[in-house]
Amino acid sequence: MAESGVIEPAPPASHLTTGRRLQRASTPYLLSLPSWVYLIVFFVVPLLSVLALAVATGNPEIGYSYTGHVSQFWTAVDTYHVQLVRSFWYGIASTVIALAIAYPVAYWIAFYGGRHKSTYLFLVLLPFFVSFIIRTLAWEFILSDQGLVLGHLKDWGLLSQNFHVLSTSWAVIWGLTYNSLPFYVLPLYVAIERIDRRVVRAANDLYADTPRAFMRVIFPLSAPGVFAGFLLVFVTNVGDYVNQQVLGGTGTYMIGSVIQDSFFTNQDYPMASALSAVLMLILVVAIFLYARTFGADSIQEYSA
Amino acid sequence: MTDSPRDHQLNDIPETTNDVALIRGLTESRSSRRGFLRAGVGAAGALGLAPLLSACGVAGTAASAKKSHEFDWDAWWQKQKPTDELVFANWPYYLDTSDHGKKHPSLDLFKKATGINVTYKEVIQNNAPFYAQISPVLQAGQPTGYDIIVITNGWQLTQLLENAWLVPLWMDKLPNFQKYASPSVKSPAYDPNSKYSVVWQSGFTGIGYNPKLTGREITSVDDLWDPKFSGHVGMMSDNTELGSLGLLKLGIKPSTSSKSDWDKAAKVLNQQKPLVRQYYDQSYITALQNGDIWISQAWSGDIYQANLKGYKDLKFVIPDQGVMYWHDNMMIPLKPKNALSALSWMNFYYTPKIAGIVADWVNYISPVPAAQDYIRDTLKDPTVANSPLVFPTKADYAKAHDYYTFKSYAEYTSWNNTFNPIIQS
Repeated sequence: MAESGVIEPAPPASHLTTGRRLQRASTPYLLSLPSWVYLIVFFVVPLLSVLALAVATGNPEIGYSYTGHVSQFWTAVDTYHVQLVRSFWYGIASTVIALAIAYPVAYWIAFYGGRHKSTYLFLVLLPFFVSFIIRTLAWEFILSDQGLVLGHLKDWGLLSQNFHVLSTSWAVIWGLTYNSLPFYVLPLYVAIERIDRRVVRAANDLYADTPRAFMRVIFPLSAPGVFAGFLLVFVTNVGDYVNQQVLGGTGTYMIGSVIQDSFFTNQDYPMASALSAVLMLILVVAIFLYARTFGADSIQEYSA
Repeated sequence: MTDSPRDHQLNDIPETTNDVALIRGLTESRSSRRGFLRAGVGAAGALGLAPLLSACGVAGTAASAKKSHEFDWDAWWQKQKPTDELVFANWPYYLDTSDHGKKHPSLDLFKKATGINVTYKEVIQNNAPFYAQISPVLQAGQPTGYDIIVITNGWQLTQLLENAWLVPLWMDKLPNFQKYASPSVKSPAYDPNSKYSVVWQSGFTGIGYNPKLTGREITSVDDLWDPKFSGHVGMMSDNTELGSLGLLKLGIKPSTSSKSDWDKAAKVLNQQKPLVRQYYDQSYITALQNGDIWISQAWSGDIYQANLKGYKDLKFVIPDQGVMYWHDNMMIPLKPKNALSALSWMNFYYTPKIAGIVADWVNYISPVPAAQDYIRDTLKDPTVANSPLVFPTKADYAKAHDYYTFKSYAEYTSWNNTFNPIIQS
C-alpha cells in the first residue's frame, strides 16, 4: 500500500497532502525493506523448507518428497530423547556455571577496573584470538590422565591413579562453560557498568549493608545482562557438537552430533531436519517461558 | 552467530609444525565440522529452495545413473584433447612436500616430464562432507572443477559408482598401473576390474597399544574386551570401522556378512561399552600418546608416524582374527576439464620412483610394491622401506579383510541403525 504512494507520479494537487503523508509514513518501511528481504530469503524460506523436509519420505536414490509424514517428529524425539534431554542439561549446567564465574569478573571490572577497564575486557576476549577448536583441544591436553594437572595430583597421591576427568560429562560441561565465558562477561559488564553509582550510595545511606545493597539494588539492575547472557550462552551451548566430541566419552553424546550424523553419515535428511526443528521449537518455548518469568521488559529496557 | 573462530581454523595451523598425524587429525575433525557448517548453509540452499520449487522434496540420484550407463565412453575418450592443466583434489598431508609445504617434488617431476601444471587442492577433510559438497553439483550435471578426487572405499564411493558420476578409466593409457600395481589393489571388490578407480594409498585398521601400560603384548581382538583395561580402551566412532571390528571379533568375514551377523556384532560391542573410554575420531592417536588409553583400534600409518615423532612405545599389531584393509582411490568425476591429464598423472604415479617418493613421505601402504626398492636404494631410507606398516609382508596381506560393500541405501541404513546407537549413547 504504502509503497504505491511513492511510486505514483505527481499526485493531483488536491491530494498532495495525503500523498506526502503516505510518503512520509512509508519511509521507515521502505528503509527496512532490505532487512525484510534478507530475513525472508535467509531465514523464513530455509526454516519453512527445513520443516517441509522434516515431513518428507524417501531415500537419497529416489529422492525425498513431501508426504506430510508428521510422525517423523515423534520418531525423532522418541529415538533421541536421551540426547535431547542431555543437551539441555549440559546447556543449563554450563550456563549457570558460566554465570557464577562471569558475574564477579564483570562486577570487578565495572566497579574496580578504573582506567584499565578496556585492558581487562581485552584480556577476557584474548582467548578468542586462538581458534575455538585449538582452545578445546588444549583442554584435552591439560586434563589428560597424566597431563599437567592430573599427572601432578596423582604423583602427590592426592588422586587415585584411575581418576580421570576427560571423557566424562563434567569435562564436556566445563568445555562448554569455558568456551562461552566471554559471551557472558560482556553483556554483564555492559549492564553493571550502566548502573548509576549514586543509587548504590543511596542504598547505603538508607542503611543497606553491602550484601543487601547488592541483592536489592545492583543485581536487579544488572538483570538485563544476566538475561541477555543467559540466552546467548544457553542457546549456543545446547546445540554444540564440538566439546562433546573432543572432551566427552561414552554416554555424553549431544543432539548437535546426532544431527550431524543424521545429515552426513546416514544421509537421512528428514531426520536431521526434524531434529533441528524439534530442538529449535523447544528452545523457542524455553526462551518464551524464561522471558515471561524473568521479565521481557528487562530485555527491552536493555536493548533501548 | 559467531562462527568466525571456526571459519579461520585452517589458517591457524603454524606452517612450521611437522606433527603430521596431529595436524591431519586436527584438520580432519575441525574441517569436517567446518564442512558441516558449510553444508548446513548448502542444505539451506539445496534442501531449502529446491523443496519449495519442486513440491517440497529432494531429487533422487537414480535417474542420472541410467543415462550414463548407456553412454559411449570410448567415443568420449577419443574426443578428449590434451591439456597442460590438472586439478587434483586430495586430503591434507597426503602428498610429499618440501620447502615447508610450499612445494611438491612429485608434482614438479610430473610437470618436467609432461608439461602439465598441477593445481593441488587439499580440500577433502572427510568422505561424507566432501561427498555432500560435490553431489549436488554432479546431480545438476555441472563440472565439480576437479579432474581427480580421492575417496575411501565405502558408502560414498559406492554412491558415486551407482549414480554413475565417475568417468570410466581408459586402461590403455595406464600401462604402469598394469605393470606395477600390487595384485591386492587390482580389481578390488568395490570396483571390479578397477574400471573407475585406482588406489592412491591404502592402510590397515588394526590395534594400536602401549605395552608399558597394558603390561603385555597384544595379539588378539579379544584383548579389546579385557576388563583389565577398563576405561582405557579406545574404539573408533566411524561406524564402518567399529562394526567391522565387532564382526572380526566373532570370526565373521565382514565382506560377506549378513544382517544377523551385524546384530550379533552390535551385541558384543555393546557388552564392550563399559570398558570403552571413548569412541574416537582420529584423536585416538593423541589419547594413545598421552596414555589416556592403553589399547585402541588404530590406523597403521598413524602409529608409524607416532613412532617417528618419539612415541616409540606405541605398537601396531595385526591381530590373529585379521585386519581391515582400506583404500583411498583416485577417480575422475564427471565433466572433467583435463581428463587426459588426469590419466597421465595416474600413470605417472604408478612408477616405483613417484610412488616411492610419495610413500616415503606419507607412510601409508603404497600400491606399488616396487617402490620399496626405490626407497631403500635410491632414497636411502631403510626405516620406511623395511617397515611392515608401509610395505606389509605376504603374511600380513593374508590376514587383510575387505569391508562390506553396501548394495543399496536400505542396507546402508540397516548398518547405521545397527551400529550408530552404540556410538551415540
